[in-house]
Amino acid sequence: MALLEVDNLSKVFGGVTAVQNVSFAVDRGLVYSVIGPNGAGKTTLFNLITGIYTPTTGDIRLDGQSIAGTAPHALALKGMARTFQNLQICMNMTALENVMVGAHLQLDRNLVKAMLRFPGIARRDDRLKDEARELMGFVGLTSYWNRAASSMPYGALKRLEIARALAAKPQILFLDEPAAGLNSKETAEIDELVRKVADNDVTVVLVEHDMKMVMNISDRILVLDYGKKLTEGTAKEVRENPDVIAAYLGSSV
Amino acid sequence: MLSQFLQFLFSGITVGATYALAALGFTLIYNASNVINFAQGEFIMLGGMLAFFFMQSGLPLPLALLLAIAIPALVGILLEKLAIEPARDAEVVTLIIITIGASLVIRGLIQIWLGKGAHSYPAFSGSEPIQIGGATLLPQSLWVLGTTALVVVALWYFFSRTLAGKAILATSCNRQAAELVGINTQWVLLVSFALSAALGAIGGVLLTPITLTSYDVGIMLGLKGFVAAVVGGLGSGLGAVVGGLLVGIIEAMAAGYISSAYKDAIPFILILFILFFMPRGLFGAQVTERV
Amino acid sequence: MKSLKRHYALMILGAVLLLLPLVLPNNYYYDIAIRMAINAIIVLGLNLLIGFAGQISLGHAGFVGIGAYASAILPTYFGWHPILAMAAGSAIASAIAAIVARPIFRLKGHYLAMATLGLGMIIAMVIKNEGTYTGGPDGMSVAALGLMGFEISGEKQWYWVLAATLVFSFWAARNLIDSPFGRALRALHGSEVASQVMGVDVVRYKVAIFVLSAFFASLMGSVTAHYIGFVTPNIADFFHSIELVTMVVIGGMASIYGSLIGAVLLTALPQALSTFEGWETVAFGSILMLSMIFMPKGLVPTLAARFRRNERDDL
Repeated sequence: MALLEVDNLSKVFGGVTAVQNVSFAVDRGLVYSVIGPNGAGKTTLFNLITGIYTPTTGDIRLDGQSIAGTAPHALALKGMARTFQNLQICMNMTALENVMVGAHLQLDRNLVKAMLRFPGIARRDDRLKDEARELMGFVGLTSYWNRAASSMPYGALKRLEIARALAAKPQILFLDEPAAGLNSKETAEIDELVRKVADNDVTVVLVEHDMKMVMNISDRILVLDYGKKLTEGTAKEVRENPDVIAAYLGSSV
Repeated sequence: MLSQFLQFLFSGITVGATYALAALGFTLIYNASNVINFAQGEFIMLGGMLAFFFMQSGLPLPLALLLAIAIPALVGILLEKLAIEPARDAEVVTLIIITIGASLVIRGLIQIWLGKGAHSYPAFSGSEPIQIGGATLLPQSLWVLGTTALVVVALWYFFSRTLAGKAILATSCNRQAAELVGINTQWVLLVSFALSAALGAIGGVLLTPITLTSYDVGIMLGLKGFVAAVVGGLGSGLGAVVGGLLVGIIEAMAAGYISSAYKDAIPFILILFILFFMPRGLFGAQVTERV
Repeated sequence: MKSLKRHYALMILGAVLLLLPLVLPNNYYYDIAIRMAINAIIVLGLNLLIGFAGQISLGHAGFVGIGAYASAILPTYFGWHPILAMAAGSAIASAIAAIVARPIFRLKGHYLAMATLGLGMIIAMVIKNEGTYTGGPDGMSVAALGLMGFEISGEKQWYWVLAATLVFSFWAARNLIDSPFGRALRALHGSEVASQVMGVDVVRYKVAIFVLSAFFASLMGSVTAHYIGFVTPNIADFFHSIELVTMVVIGGMASIYGSLIGAVLLTALPQALSTFEGWETVAFGSILMLSMIFMPKGLVPTLAARFRRNERDDL
């Protein structure tokens, strides 16, 4: 059974259909990419799957369980994590604290115990600090661990979001344009990082504009156009599909 | 039975019209600058108190009224220039405190100048009540309603038919874009503050012969104007007018039929109730967060 | 060693509170110190809500009023033990906060400001209007606070009670901020959607911190009532709510020690201004405006930023 199944999913915003009858399935352990021209509905699709929006019709299943319309914080419990196209870093915190927030669900969140600083809470937090530093090393941010998030460059913040998402120990990770706004060297590094994440048994679903990166690392690719599924397949199949070429070049070939 | 209902309705619409003017003032400033001006009520107070002062000093009625509206408008401009502009990028709470500070200053100065007593002046065209369906309507109420209607029409014309009005609307939509097409947003801010201060003052000038005024009436009137603006949905002009009338009428009805002791609490109960079910008021725009 | 360093500032606070009686010349100054401590504890709770979690409450004086009047009414008319009344007041305030919080905290920004303002106004008006029990606008007197046969009375005793409560509150607040709970609070301030995706049930956290701050506000309302021995509806009114918020902002949002500084300054200010005969309101308003215009982030964060900048210049 596929890890994630999306079934006839649609989302209508006041008359505009942003996503229309999209179906696909993601198998465990893959790097699965969603591509399409601007406005194709890629981010909306992500927002639907990760609970930010409620689908108008259709179903989403994780591990065979329907999750359509489930709140984001409840999805986190089921092992879902994501990053954002427009950075959603907590600028009022340090880089390390941002990563620590990722581990939220693994911690004792009791208010009274926290106020009285039960020894267990303090010990666990100390351990978490080490784990978070390790994760920052994993995404290549070793030197930033003590920095305020607001003082970090854009490229580093993109990685920080990935580290935060990984801190949640997800089974499936959604990356919304992880390489957007990065130069080719940085993109290549993200490319490598995504591969590394997938090798650690995390299923990765990716929205990305950088075609070279997508073709390089994806096991399967879904192509959206005007909110509809255009095609789906391996990099080679997608590259050779005339509809895809037409959608990207704007004319039939 | 009917006559009693009419009586409550009349007094509700009259006060409601003042709330509507205050709410329009909140809306104008909110749209232009995203600031909730907690000093809005003080403009209502200023209008009434200044009109009283100038009439007492022997000025003819039209001149006294004009001054009582023009001076608050000037105060509005000063408020924007001296207090809001230097703190433009501050957080919501910070701006709330600044405008509350301003309201304390205005209130304090008036108290020192004109004392703590309650004041009034004669109605503009006599106080011979008009009989309608067994209820009485004061001529001054007609002044309140007529002027409010006129102001609403004038504002509608200003915003939909004149370039200046459209410039303000454009600024409230997107400041940066407005600046890019050459709108002087600085000027827009000043006009908005002057206009909303004048709106508040008009309400105060008109209402005073009916309800009296004193240095401290601004707080409650202002807060109820804020309620009216939120009832309608912050930023909506139509919402402000409907909200104002609604708050005035419900307040008068509840005071008449349920409990006059809780008259001042009614608008706040109403707003909690509305916000529970409609988090953006009656006419507030639904926004979708982009992430 | 590490935990010692964590509580550096707390130890300084403790030392100051211990030594303060040596320099306080008379009961008038004790009285001001006590009021400062009471305000500081309320403001600390409010700062968790406003500064750390990024929410707004313009009605917190309502909760202070609930505590104060619970401690006034329950022992006087129903013969309750003051401690029980105090607990009941806090329970009522917390319950009201919990009931309204769910719908209220779906709101944001000015809508939230409006809703909390309305809540505070309603509580204040109930207190003012239910004269049979509350004495109406004139207020009512409050019985002394007895603890196991020992009665707290006089400024000096109250001072020690409040100094101890203050130190405990700061310790607890510090702990809370450094915990997973506190981190989640700050995270939802930084990015609500990101914290949701990380598993933070945003509404639950807002509700929890609102209830906690209401609890402390009510508790301090009770203490105020017993300490002064008299309550009036002013304790619950809009102006008092604004005073509390101003203490948070002037001291510094999201700054624990800013809460203390804000409470100290704004409690002392009216005393200092009383020499301005008639001009108090104008002076108070001007100071609010000026400090917010020139230090929009509040005193402690502004000074801290300047201190850091100087340090960097020295390098």
